[in-house]
Order: sequence, then C-alpha cells, then structure tokens
Amino acid sequence: MERISLAAGTALCLLLTGLAVERAFGEPVDDTLEIDGVPMITRAAAPEGHPFDEVLSGWLFREAETRATQEDSFENPGMLAVERGGEIWETVDGSMGKSCASCHDDAAVSMKDVGATYPKWDADAQRPINVELQIDKCRVENMGAEPYKFDDAEQVALTAFVKHQSLGKPLAIDLTQGELQTWWEKGKDVYYTRTGQLNFACASCHEASMGKYIRADHLSQGQVNGFPTYRFNTAGMVSLHNRFRGCIRDTRAEMPKAFSDELMALEVYVTWRGTGLSVETPAVRQ
Amino acid sequence: MRRILAGAACAIALAVHPLAAFADEIAPADVAFDDMKVTTSLTGVPGNPEEGAKAFANRGLGNCLACHALEALSKEQFHGDVAPTLDGVADRWSPEELRAIIVDAKQVFTEETMMPGFYSLNVGLNVRKDLVGKTVLTAQQVEDVVAFLATLKE
Repeated sequence: MERISLAAGTALCLLLTGLAVERAFGEPVDDTLEIDGVPMITRAAAPEGHPFDEVLSGWLFREAETRATQEDSFENPGMLAVERGGEIWETVDGSMGKSCASCHDDAAVSMKDVGATYPKWDADAQRPINVELQIDKCRVENMGAEPYKFDDAEQVALTAFVKHQSLGKPLAIDLTQGELQTWWEKGKDVYYTRTGQLNFACASCHEASMGKYIRADHLSQGQVNGFPTYRFNTAGMVSLHNRFRGCIRDTRAEMPKAFSDELMALEVYVTWRGTGLSVETPAVRQ
Repeated sequence: MRRILAGAACAIALAVHPLAAFADEIAPADVAFDDMKVTTSLTGVPGNPEEGAKAFANRGLGNCLACHALEALSKEQFHGDVAPTLDGVADRWSPEELRAIIVDAKQVFTEETMMPGFYSLNVGLNVRKDLVGKTVLTAQQVEDVVAFLATLKE
C-alpha cells in the first residue's frame, strides 16, 4: 500500500510500481483456464488432511503470457513433444515386433485415465509405479525393448503423450492399492525434510512461502498435474523427476536418483496434494 | 568460482590485516549466542560495508535479495518478498543481533524460519559433497554484511 501512494507522483514511479504492486500482492490470479475449449479445474477443494483448504494449479501463479501460451495448443511448445510421443506410440520397437498401439490401440481410449490415476501400486515390484516406469515395464516385458534412460527425449515425449490423453481429468490416485498409503507417509516425510546447505524442505517454499516471490520466481504450491511441462527457462520439456532433482539441487544437496524410493514416495505424496486438479500435461511454466 | 572468490577475499583480508586475518577467527560451532546476540566479532577484523553490500547481493554468496527487498539496492533486479524488507533494518536490530541472525537465524527465531544459517554447520540432510563442512559465507563475509546492514538506517 505504501508503495502505491509513494508512486502516485511520477510516471516513472508508476511504471516501476506496476511491477512492485504485482510483486507485493503475489496471490494467484483470478482467472480460468480452458485448453482448446476444454475447461480445466485449476482450483479444487483440498482432500481431507491437506494443509491447504484449496489446491491451486501452478498455472494461476504464472505471468499472463505464460498462461496464454498454455491456453492455445498451437502456441504451446510442449505439444511438439506430445506429437512426437504420438509417433513413438505407433512405432514398432524391440524384439517382439510391437508398438504401443499394437496392444493399446487408440491411446485416446486406452490411456484416457492414466494421467489422472498414476502412480499406482506395482504388485510385481512391490513399489509404486509411475507412467515412465510403466512404459519401461511394458517395453521390457511386452515389446522386448530396452527401458529408456532417464530423461531420454523419447521417454519424456511418450510420457507427455500418454498423460495428455487425460487432459482435464481431475487427479485422483487410489491410495488403498497395495502399500501406497505407506509410501504416501514416506513421501510426506520427504516433503517436510530439510536438505542441503540451505536447509530447505519442499514445504519451506511450496507451503510456508506459497504465493511469495523468491527473486522473480512466484512460489506456487508445487503441483505436479502439468508434468512433463514445457519450461521457458530451459526452452524444453521437463519431467517430474527432473524437476524434483532440480529443486533439491537448489537446496545445495546431493540429488537423489530419478525413480529412487525417495522420489517415488514423493511423487505419490505430491500427486495426492494435487487431488482434484485437472491434468494439464503439457503445462507451460516459467 | 566460489573458491576463487573466497580465496580473493582472504588475500585481501591478509593484505589489509596481515596479523589479524585468521588468528581470531571463530569456528562455526564455537559462535556463542547470548540473548539473541552474538557480541564477539567472528574475525576481530572490522567489517567492510562495501564488501558487505557485494556479498549481500551476490547470488552465489548471500543472495539476500532472493528473499528480502531493499530500496538501497534497487538497481539490482528481482527482490523477493519471502522475508521482511531490510530498509531501516539497523533501526530495528543492533549489529550484535544482526550478526546472530546471519550466523544462524534458527537460534534467534525458531527452527521453523526459512532463513538459512550463513555461518552454521547445522544444515539440512545430504549436503552437496563439495560443501560438506563449509559455510555459505566466510566469517569475514558475515562481518562485512553486518557492517553493510548497520548502515541501513531511515
């Protein structure tokens, strides 16, 4: 408020304050997201036991241009990865002469709920399985192909394609499967554990400081409903485990391995924290 | 880069105070907190406010503007608002209190504060290997930042 009254004097001050005002009142925007006419749920009542009353999509925390880019599939650079994923879906690979489509046919039908319901419980591995690991499992067991290396461009593209089939569907993981509830607990521990020389937990930024700014970065709730995401920062797709690792690196800690127990537990927990938000893959972020 | 900077800072300190540079430096674990204050200089070498302003703003050192806004450094881009603004901070806190907050804010406020300890080894899990046993700022950088903050009066 002080900033506003001080600035009233000169045009220069007004200009500067335009920024300051937006920064000072760093709340999520009051706006609605439709992608190609499909309405997205960007605000949802939080599930029981959640620290917030309302869960909020990261889209609400981004600037106008970033938000607009996601609203139009022709503008969204992440859709190139989805298109590439669609090609991979149809491409035969491995010793058994099969593509994804050989068994799963039309992804729009067979994959329509996948993005909203993973991670699931993998009874064979006795641990949670996410879309990336499910793709690998399918490749190894049903196609006779190699699993992808973490963050192989094809892994990211195919994951984006599969999750995109659930565009608009609210996240709803089923924690009653197998031991998922135990992994949820483990993930919660990870979420609140401070790491690194800077001594931050996920919660330090995405819960305690949600809505504030660290430098130019508007801190969101750290929701995962848009992954893999197109990031302007790096001008490319970013997978969820890449983002987890990047956040942990920024606390000046050693990074856990992608798909490690620690990060799988975190994926289970953080996906639950976004319960009710639409799948936005591929979201567009800063 | 950090090592080079730290090395350069030490070289300068040695050049200015050939005898005092390391002799009286207090190790992170030995810093004594008393009623929200650290009354003893960490180095015995008076802080340099100009060097302090640099360490304050440098993203690889204090990176204080990531969370705190400060009008005096408005030429620097992107001040955060996670933490209170520091305009007039010297009217609110004494240099001894500022030193304590910078060294380890968790001993001054609560364990819940987001503010990292800048001269503390009471840190998070799995610290990056090359940073194990190292503090974010050197003792002299803390003194310099304290000296800089002490100039911020309204």
